[in-house]
Amino acid sequence: MDFAPWSDRTDASTRTDESTRPDESTPAEGAERAHGTDRADGSVTYVPATVTRSAKIVVAGGFGVGKTTLIGSVSEVRPLRMEEPITQASAGVDDLRGTPHKTTTTVAMDFGRIHMAGGRLALYLFGLPGQARFQPLWEDLAEGALGCLVLADTRDLDASHDALGLLDSAGIPYAVAINTFPGAPSYPEAELREALALEPATPLTYCDARDRTSSLHALITLTEYLSEHRSAALLESRR
Amino acid sequence: MSGPRRDPDMVRPYVRTGGRIRARDDVRLESVVIAATAPTDTLGPDARRVMRLFAGADGGLAVADIAAALELPPSTVRILVSSLMDSGHLASPVDATDDQPDFDLLQEVLRGLRSMV
Repeated sequence: MDFAPWSDRTDASTRTDESTRPDESTPAEGAERAHGTDRADGSVTYVPATVTRSAKIVVAGGFGVGKTTLIGSVSEVRPLRMEEPITQASAGVDDLRGTPHKTTTTVAMDFGRIHMAGGRLALYLFGLPGQARFQPLWEDLAEGALGCLVLADTRDLDASHDALGLLDSAGIPYAVAINTFPGAPSYPEAELREALALEPATPLTYCDARDRTSSLHALITLTEYLSEHRSAALLESRR
Repeated sequence: MSGPRRDPDMVRPYVRTGGRIRARDDVRLESVVIAATAPTDTLGPDARRVMRLFAGADGGLAVADIAAALELPPSTVRILVSSLMDSGHLASPVDATDDQPDFDLLQEVLRGLRSMV
């Protein structure tokens, strides 16, 4: 096995912190935080001055499916975390009356970076939570992605449905990788495809998200598919 | 006449980003920016925090890197960075013209990933 030094970190790429209290922090408070508090574990890793282009691949899936682990195993810099507060109207009939019952949820997203093409290109990998309620976040943050690798766990295939639905509606091409957890049941590919309702052309592969090479192979499977997908689309547009 | 809006979520991003309410289309999570030279004394507190990250830097940072370092929401940082590009404080590492088609980018990513295994 080929572990990155941080690959034993637990997957906490979605941490929801639900409260009915609106976020009360003010710009002034935010500004006061600046002095010396920016990240306990160290400094910013700058993108080398040679980089002139960047690209993004999204890693999606349910809670605990291994998004952070996969990103950590392939990233060349220590994965970082960003947090987006999202406000949602609470479920129910309140909307029509305009009563301000809102829920603020903080969505944590981990990401890593790989430098390639002789240092000219930075590939960013972002873990995004797959739940359907995060659709507005996806519209904002997944825009421009080359494609998405959906991680799935055979112990809870239903957890992948939301992510697949988000990708279908956003028109983002994707491949699915089963993260092979020890002790998780294995099924014939046809059954998995049926359970996940995958199109015949959608790649379905397996990986051990803790293992760098295995994770890279899953990303290669995705990128090969994206490349074919793009060629097919180009041919189609020339007809 | 209706009363003032009291929804804090409408007010806060607007104030924080110095008036811009939408990010530029070309400023995404993965967009890398470098510092350009412009006086920073008129900037708001969050914009100054962004610019301080670049002080003495010998490289760039993506929007996501800035969001993580400053613990600001990435959607807010997209708008802050857009605003700082408009005002000439930040710039793209190339002179903005993305003349290569996406297909080449995919091929480069594929070659890059294959070379790592």
